[in-house]
Amino acid sequence: MGTPALLPSGTTPTGIVQGRSTPRAPPALFEQVKAMVDQEKSGAEIILKALADQGVDVLFGYPGGSVLPLYDEIFKQNHIRHILVRHEQGAVHAAEGYARSTGKVGVVLVTSGPGATNAVTGLTDAMMDSIPVVCFTGQVPTHLIGNDAFQEADTTGITRQCTKHNYLVKKSEDLARVIHEAFQVASTGRPGPVVVDLPKDILLRPAPYVPPTRVRHKSYRPQIKGDIKAIEEAVDLIAHAKRPIFYCGGGVINSGPQACQLLTQFTRLTGYPLTLTLMGLGAFPASDPQFLGMLGMHGTYEANLAMHNCDVMVAVGARFDDRVTGRLDAFSPGATKIQIDIDPSSVNKNVPVDLPIIGDVGHVLEDMIKVWKARQCRPDQAALADWWKRIEEWRARDCLHYEMSDTVIKPQYAIQRLYELTREREPLITTEVGQHQMWAAQFFKFEKPNQWMTSGGLGTMGYGLPASIGVQVAHPGSLVVDISGEASFMMNLQELATAVQYRLPIKVFILNNHYMGMVRQWQELLHGGRYSESYSEALPDIVKLAEAFGATGLRVEKPAELDDTIRQMMAIDGPVLVDVRVDPSENCFPMIPSGAPHYQMLLGPADKESQPISKEGAILV
Amino acid sequence: MSKTTAAAEQELACHTISVLVDNEAGVLARVIGLFSGRGYNIESLTVAEVNTQEHLSRITLVTRGTPMVIEQIKAQLGRLVPVHKVSDLTVEGPHVSRELALIKVSGAGEKRVESLRIADIFRARVVDSTNSSFVFEIVGKTEKINAFIALMEPLGLADVARTGVAAIARGCDPL
Ligand SMILES: Cc1cc2nc3c(=O)[nH]c(=O)nc-3n(C[C@H](O)[C@H](O)[C@H](O)COP(=O)(O)OP(=O)(O)OC[C@H]3O[C@@H](n4cnc5c(N)ncnc54)[C@H](O)[C@@H]3O)c2cc1C
Ligand SMILES: Cc1ncc(C[n+]2csc(CCOP(=O)(O)OP(=O)(O)O)c2C)c(N)n1
Ligand SMILES: [Mg+2]
Repeated sequence: MGTPALLPSGTTPTGIVQGRSTPRAPPALFEQVKAMVDQEKSGAEIILKALADQGVDVLFGYPGGSVLPLYDEIFKQNHIRHILVRHEQGAVHAAEGYARSTGKVGVVLVTSGPGATNAVTGLTDAMMDSIPVVCFTGQVPTHLIGNDAFQEADTTGITRQCTKHNYLVKKSEDLARVIHEAFQVASTGRPGPVVVDLPKDILLRPAPYVPPTRVRHKSYRPQIKGDIKAIEEAVDLIAHAKRPIFYCGGGVINSGPQACQLLTQFTRLTGYPLTLTLMGLGAFPASDPQFLGMLGMHGTYEANLAMHNCDVMVAVGARFDDRVTGRLDAFSPGATKIQIDIDPSSVNKNVPVDLPIIGDVGHVLEDMIKVWKARQCRPDQAALADWWKRIEEWRARDCLHYEMSDTVIKPQYAIQRLYELTREREPLITTEVGQHQMWAAQFFKFEKPNQWMTSGGLGTMGYGLPASIGVQVAHPGSLVVDISGEASFMMNLQELATAVQYRLPIKVFILNNHYMGMVRQWQELLHGGRYSESYSEALPDIVKLAEAFGATGLRVEKPAELDDTIRQMMAIDGPVLVDVRVDPSENCFPMIPSGAPHYQMLLGPADKESQPISKEGAILV
Repeated sequence: MSKTTAAAEQELACHTISVLVDNEAGVLARVIGLFSGRGYNIESLTVAEVNTQEHLSRITLVTRGTPMVIEQIKAQLGRLVPVHKVSDLTVEGPHVSRELALIKVSGAGEKRVESLRIADIFRARVVDSTNSSFVFEIVGKTEKINAFIALMEPLGLADVARTGVAAIARGCDPL
């Protein structure tokens, strides 16, 4: 219907109850009608009520003229906490960290114009990584829209392509419905960011309230259950595979801890090998012998070769990203591909899939396990033993091996020690973008979902510090570490003030190699070692910087002192920056050079000369 | 065996896609942004409200691509929140598609007479005329209109306005 049901059924727009023989309405209905009639609540009040009804307990935001009425309401209440960031990009990343570590929606509030445009990078990041975020943006009053008014930006226009959906609220009666829809759209199906643009007059004018239960979207219906025929067919293919592999990604985490459990259960039932994408880490326990490690450009040798040589590939909540497939025409040529994904546009996008199953990972896996058990499937044990034998040979190459040193800290070693010394406390890890991110993915082991927050799709430097703030807000008692690079750290370091203000004891573990290491690595491999603009010149003194912010700074330069520094970092009850001086020339291996197929991996420094990167590869990123 | 390699080599084809959407602000921009942002081509696009009670509009678009790209286009359209239904008329069975064009031809003498004669053959109507010009209205498939325009070219074709394709499935069932 054109307008949503704003009134309880059986009432007219004037609020008079019709069609009832009893003169008095039941109390619940009476309350509802009363609420409709005394429409004294302003738009701003309605927003807070809607947020409370959505279970929101924290907002990440930054004020400005157009959202002042909302900030006034925030001031008057104390059930929703507001975390004041220092830059709107930080607000969105913090909300992403909050969302990824809890499974809930992260909520952002920013002002119009520059507030909204500053949020765009964060929104795009959430879009690429399927993170549920609702972002409220201020807007000039409705009668000024389109006039180039002060701090006006066409926010819905600017964010249309970087949000799952967006709204401009032009009528007060739409406000409550739009907010509830925004939460539904952000958190269901394939999650993503939703922007709600709020003209200032809408915040001030009275508005009616509708509870979430009375809002049903007109067209939005994500498919949750998988087609049972397809599921049966898939089980059949899986059971008869000789060289199977599970290739699983962020969609499993999106689906929730229950889905991760089911994935683990099904994988153990089959005895098949499993690999995870960067976004999927934690969806399956890293310590399980069936886990082959991460796959893709910086994935393990065994994972990539198993992907290349498999005969049945089961993609679960993974989207065949180019970091994963390498050269498309050489990607796993002999495999029959099954893909479970909630978003039909993720299927047959880069790689043709033989058997797509559209639905939620958790629901589909549940059905698969049922069918598997009902049919008493038993894989071909001889073939499987052969397959594992080959995999073990690949594994024996020990592709993550690196040369240790007594004099200089190897970045891989720093991550390994961080992992060993913190693992008991089940830390939550965020990262920035670059080599340190890849080493973290390779050397930190995750046993559970929602403990690994990284920017995968957009690769946003500056993500990790604000994200760690959001994570720490959601998990006040946990150890939260941002594994950082010195260049990425510089991109959103202002958020250190946020951490100090709210006493969030985040640890920023900076692998300081004095280079934009990932850029330097590509320049070394592709551009003849001409390190154009990739040196981190004029770095601030990180220890003094920490002190200037009211945090603690530590520095470590010798491998022998690393453990003590990490312990010290953990013991400090407050935000800490650790300047870990690591080998500036270390490169991240294994690496599948762009444009190369999976079997052409560079395993170490010695490989790089023997396999020059093709011209076609050099065009790719 | 997998169908992996076969699909990648398939050929470009034209598809007429019908999309039922909520008639709300920005919905057309979403569709167009999708096409420009992802590098799909639009050969024709028409939009108008078709259900005033429920505020639904129908967007009819003609696009070209490999089967994999066409599937991707449909999936991406289906992903837009205000989209109710995406139908690929080209694969879903017989359908009727029509376009309307207004074509201005100016000239005198024999050419003028000739343009009228051809218009008659094409069942184009004269909807405006001066001593030295006609405006023809022609309805039909895209190819028919293209042919008519080509024939008018040497006869003093001055201006063309086309609506783009509107299409609907044959038979009694709604899309
Ligand atoms: C410097 C750098 C290097 C990188 N190198 C690598 C690398 O070596 N290896 C690697 O793997 N990645 C790498 N990445 C990350 C890469 O760019 C992609 O972000 C990543 O591979 C995508 O992960 P994914 O396929 O799990 O998909 P995600 O982006 O996590 O997408 C999730 C998929 O699951 C679906 N989904 C969501 N929810 C559900 C649900 N409930 N049920 C079913 N399906 C659902 C979605 O529709 C989507 O298709 C790198 C990134 C950077 C910045
Ligand atoms: C906002 C942004 N700008 C540029 C890039 C390109 N980029 C990818 S990695 C990288 C270098 C990162 O350096 P650092 O944070 O020191 O990490 P390292 O690779 O040295 O571990 C750059 C510039 C990016 N990913 N994000
Ligand atoms: Mg660096």
